[in-house]
Amino acid sequence: MSVTSLKAKLMQGNQACAEGAIYAGASFYAGYPITPSTEIAEILSERLPQVGGRFIQMEDEIASMAAVIGASVTGAKAMTATSGPGFSLKQENIGHAMITEVPCVIANVMRLGPSTGGPTSPAQGDVMQARWGTHGDHPVITLCPNSVQECFELTVKAFNMAERFRTPVFIMFDEIIGHMRERVVLPEPGQIPVVNRKKPEVGPESYKAYEPVDETLVPPMASFGDGYRYHVTGLTHDETGFATTKPEKMAAHLQRLHDKINNFLPEVVDYEEQSIEDAEVVLLAYGSVARAASRAVKDARAAGLKVGLIRPITLWPFPGEAVKKAAAKAKAVIVAEMNLGQIINEVRVAVEGQAPVYGVLRADGEPISPTEILAKIKEVL
Amino acid sequence: MNPEIAQYYRVNKLPHIWCPGCSNGIVVRSIVEAIDKAGLDQDKTVIVSGIGCSSRAPGYMNFDTLHTTHGRALAFATGVKLAKPELNVFVITGDGDCTAIGGNHFIHAARRNIDLNVILFNNNIYGMTGGQYSPTSPTGTKATTAVYGNIERSFDSCKLAQTAGASYVARGNAFNTRQLTDIILKGIENPGFSFIEALSSCPVYYGRRNKKGGPADMLKWQRDVCVTQAAYDRLPEEKRAGKIITGVLHHEPQPEYTAEYAKIIEKAQGGNG
Ligand SMILES: Cc1ncc(C[n+]2csc(CCOP(=O)(O)OP(=O)(O)O)c2C)c(N)n1
Ligand code: SF4
Repeated sequence: MSVTSLKAKLMQGNQACAEGAIYAGASFYAGYPITPSTEIAEILSERLPQVGGRFIQMEDEIASMAAVIGASVTGAKAMTATSGPGFSLKQENIGHAMITEVPCVIANVMRLGPSTGGPTSPAQGDVMQARWGTHGDHPVITLCPNSVQECFELTVKAFNMAERFRTPVFIMFDEIIGHMRERVVLPEPGQIPVVNRKKPEVGPESYKAYEPVDETLVPPMASFGDGYRYHVTGLTHDETGFATTKPEKMAAHLQRLHDKINNFLPEVVDYEEQSIEDAEVVLLAYGSVARAASRAVKDARAAGLKVGLIRPITLWPFPGEAVKKAAAKAKAVIVAEMNLGQIINEVRVAVEGQAPVYGVLRADGEPISPTEILAKIKEVL
Repeated sequence: MNPEIAQYYRVNKLPHIWCPGCSNGIVVRSIVEAIDKAGLDQDKTVIVSGIGCSSRAPGYMNFDTLHTTHGRALAFATGVKLAKPELNVFVITGDGDCTAIGGNHFIHAARRNIDLNVILFNNNIYGMTGGQYSPTSPTGTKATTAVYGNIERSFDSCKLAQTAGASYVARGNAFNTRQLTDIILKGIENPGFSFIEALSSCPVYYGRRNKKGGPADMLKWQRDVCVTQAAYDRLPEEKRAGKIITGVLHHEPQPEYTAEYAKIIEKAQGGNG
């Protein structure tokens, strides 16, 4: 996304996320306060009514996720934001949004866990929870900004993808990005496209709520109150939306949930490469750690070392193809992440044994520094 | 089926999954009759439910219907109502759904006095999972998880709703459907959180194990123990024990949440609201 507006502002990551939501057309937020995500709620409590939207502080995160889904079925673009413990509480209803295909956005500003852990300590320990946190098989879209600017842009994108694919979308950043202040260039209205869910083109008589009408496999979504009188259930359902236990219908339902995303991977998967062409050492890092990794690449190059970086922007679906390709020419792959080894396993799968995979792993509430990464590069070369 | 109310059912989804003798269908009928009498726009009426036997009702009801997760119906409904206040929102919930796993949402939705019409199907047991005790099972109840008898005390969900801030609270039962329809209708007319406890019956798991007789006996029991407040007051002291008071128990209009929020929007947009 290239943005060339002159509306530059100094902002925090959390604020950029909130403003991105407004830009994307969000009109509903439900949440429960938790460090380090609280500013998103605070800002939206002020901003949403200004644009005719609605904010509610619910009694807990379970309720927040529920209210978001309820709002979205009426046609609202809805989001919630939270952090570790609250992300855990939201999981059951996230699964409800997945199986019912209700678009919504969940921001998780990651802090050190498990449990209350380190409320103000940055971490990236929830990335596998984003993938598998709710029970059962389901595809997942997770975006991971590395700057305040990207907090804005990827929040817009998260809403766009939620609407395009009819699915909950996660935007996950860590405490460092959430609280960091940087210059942000705010786009003018219309500068970044804003996507709205597809509505039914047929009348209520012939509407089947869960029947896809084109190759996207995403069924058009009527809003409650529009006269379609349809049924939404978290039970496995057929194309009419009503529960079924027929194995072939259940299989078709779950398969379509996967296919509607996996058939469009080139449209979904996003990553950035730096100096990867001739890289003998391939770094992989995301979020705030990718900033340190990028610095390490520059320092390594200055020292004559052929090092490159892959930065997943979508953590899920994971850009495994790019990793596989880069690893084919590499002597080593290094994954830097603020946890004790999560995405590194995904990288191992993608590398397919073409090169050894090492970790720069840290879960002590301290950021990973370029020096640490550089030391690892030298160690493995 | 009476053609006047058939339009409120998804007739092609019938017959329902409920056991023979279950009173859930009776309560649903009172709900649709009340909707009909209130003259609500069917296209602007939404039924939300949690998980349980009772919560399967929306599948048979011809409205926009949202079957959610166990205990969370009120929170989903809060999102529906706040996002689109012009919708008439009903919540169908069970005693476990509403007062156990959903207890927190129950008291907070009542506290906000958000305009939801909540009908609690109270069969004093967890029906769907096969007869475990619930927060409304009387002490001493036999259940699959209380084979020696339930030692917990039970909630009076009407008192709970009133204390938490509901502006309308009423109790009815599946035997007296005229009264039940009437108190649901009054709840619809109350702009705020309206809570209606409908005493229902689960002959299969509660009745059998607790020797309450068959489906008809359980309804007759409701007929015998349920009295209005006025009738109760006329009863001699010695006949009051074991009576359950039905009818409108509390009605005190209060500022409604989405109406208050509309003022917030006005204020935020620079009006004087
Ligand atoms: C999170 C969660 N926990 C447990 C269950 C299993 N469960 C389904 S229905 C139910 C109890 C239903 O009882 P009640 O709400 O009284 O409704 P009834 O079936 O009696 O109408 C339980 C425990 C579930 N679906 N979800
Ligand atoms: S188990 Fe009980 S509550 Fe459930 S359908 Fe059967 S009789 Fe009704």
